[in-house]
Amino acid sequence: MIDPLHLAAIPPEDEALRMEVRQFLQGALGQRPAHQRARSWAGFDADFSRALAARGWVGITLPRALGGGGRSAFARFVLSEELLIAGAPVAAHWIADRQSGPLICKYGTPQQQAFYIPRICRGEAFFCIGMSEPDSGSDLASVRTRATRTPQGWRLNGQKIWTTHAPRSQYMIALVRSSGTADDRNKGLSQFIVDLSLPGITIRPIHDLAGDAHFSEVFFDNVALPDDALIGSEGSGWEQVTAELAFERSGPERIYSSIVLLEPWMAWLRAQPDPSPALLAQAGAIATQLAVLRQMSIAVTARLAQGHSPVVEAALIKDFATGFEQSLPAQLADTVYAHPDAPPEPELQRTLSYLGQVSPAYSLRGGTREVLRGMIARGLGLR
Amino acid sequence: MQDNLLIDALTQLLADQCTPAVVRAVEAGGTSATLWQAIEASGFCDALLPEAQGGAGLGLKDAFALFSACGEHLLPVPLAQTQLARALLAQGGLSAPAGAVALAGVSAAVGTGDELLLGYGAVADWLLLGDGQSLRLFDLHDAQREPLGDNSLDARVRLPAIAALTLPSVVDLRAQQALLLAAQMAGSMSQVFARSLQYANDRVQFGRSIGKFQAIQHQLAQMAEHVQAATMAARLGCATAHAVADPLACAVAKAATSAAVVPVCGFAHAVHGAIGITQEYDLQLHTRRLQAWRTAAGSESHWNERVGRALLAGPHTSLPEFVRTQLHAND
Repeated sequence: MIDPLHLAAIPPEDEALRMEVRQFLQGALGQRPAHQRARSWAGFDADFSRALAARGWVGITLPRALGGGGRSAFARFVLSEELLIAGAPVAAHWIADRQSGPLICKYGTPQQQAFYIPRICRGEAFFCIGMSEPDSGSDLASVRTRATRTPQGWRLNGQKIWTTHAPRSQYMIALVRSSGTADDRNKGLSQFIVDLSLPGITIRPIHDLAGDAHFSEVFFDNVALPDDALIGSEGSGWEQVTAELAFERSGPERIYSSIVLLEPWMAWLRAQPDPSPALLAQAGAIATQLAVLRQMSIAVTARLAQGHSPVVEAALIKDFATGFEQSLPAQLADTVYAHPDAPPEPELQRTLSYLGQVSPAYSLRGGTREVLRGMIARGLGLR
Repeated sequence: MQDNLLIDALTQLLADQCTPAVVRAVEAGGTSATLWQAIEASGFCDALLPEAQGGAGLGLKDAFALFSACGEHLLPVPLAQTQLARALLAQGGLSAPAGAVALAGVSAAVGTGDELLLGYGAVADWLLLGDGQSLRLFDLHDAQREPLGDNSLDARVRLPAIAALTLPSVVDLRAQQALLLAAQMAGSMSQVFARSLQYANDRVQFGRSIGKFQAIQHQLAQMAEHVQAATMAARLGCATAHAVADPLACAVAKAATSAAVVPVCGFAHAVHGAIGITQEYDLQLHTRRLQAWRTAAGSESHWNERVGRALLAGPHTSLPEFVRTQLHAND
């Protein structure tokens, strides 16, 4: 069974961060239109990330001694929530902040920590995730990219795909096979920090259906990695990647991917002369669902803050919340186009159109529905 | 008594007194007197009364577990409602008479001779009626009432001529009733889920437990999501140290739990197959009651509309900001 999530409240000292972040965002985002801000955590802007870092807001939970903020998971929740609701372009530092930094702090040597963490916190080291391969999507344990021992370190051969923002990242944390064969499944896997400027690495962007090139293919052709590219223990890659995915899935970005849409839609709703009970109920239902999801996300944040790794809870909330995120562009398009003689204004049209196109990705990225439901079933003792 | 001792004691009492056989008998129109006497003798009706007035002094935050247990056991008498009625009357310096109290909140003026569709109307001894200005307690012992039938606990009740007690009060009783139902629904849905999981482990087809099939696993996973969300919504509604909750918090709780009923019961019956819709198997006690509770005191659309009105009534230009400031866990 899965324990019920408990009510938790954000401590006042972390809540106090909110207004500061909001004030900063008002200046930093200027007049960017909603359909651009709807890129949300897929929007890449290195200058924005560095400005955020200058405020101490990249790596806010990482140790102070290494340049981090030393704050709690709740502080990160408040910061993330404000960034996402505003539609800030956070992609450059998002992965390093969310999972690579915490992973290095958990499994890295003191030397690795001293090298990477201050760079992450200054907004100088952006990370991407090297998990999927052409023949390894949901079946992650079947990865075939291989690291082979050499006298100087490791030699890397293989290919990763769907790697988000690889062309503009400095590093990748890759899950690769370091011993055995594909038949050994999750044994013999290790994680490596790959400097993407090394010879032998080729990166090709892939355009998505909306025309954006946020993901890519990454090829490794006899890439020479130093000894200390290995992060954590050799052979413990699977266990490490599981812990990393709990960070990846547990944040509020799994609730807020479509949230910018609510801005132009609220303006539309307020402009309706006499909103019908059905429209009011729809607005209320969105608010009600958001209230519950947010409380669930805060409950998971509380488990993170207590030092737990809420793997199953994170999977459960992600599967449930992505359904909400996907429902917003779907149901609101139906609502605002119900009267063809009175079409919505262009910015609402553009935002709806963009989110309607990309929203199928919400339940693919970070683990498909089917993978997540399998994890929940395992948590229930069925597998 | 400490909270966990209270909940253990109530759980034991319900396990002994509120068996599926008793639930069936009361739903079929049999007397609930024995069950109610056991509950009243236990002192649980005073759980929300201040300790100075002989109660346990619980706020809704701590009482949630008690309400939820009533739902888990499908208690066919209005204990949670009686608890709240006693607390409300005590706030006005009045003490409640013995007996089970049903609650009804109305938005229009209701008077003598009017007919109400009353939740627990078939089993209640009293009715506490709230119209936003006053609370009136009516004696139902000799009132004209017509049970809805079909094993329902609800009845059409004709309002008696004279209220036994009257008290000025602006409490939104429909919202409070909705919250109490939401907490009971959360308890019942947790039970429905636990039973479905157990059944999936026990039932063998094609040579293995049906829970080994991915199609069943994914249905149970989705059910777990809905039940977790519904439970969180009910807890959120009850997140207060007082006996009365903010009406918007009640609205969120009832809207979200009511919305979960159709998928949760749908998955439960899908997993159980034909046995689940038989009279002798206990699953139906839950899914029938959940259907009734879903619509009692307003369906999800009613409560969502209330939330939508509150959103547009205020100066909010941001829905997430409305959610964060108005629909959060406060104390």
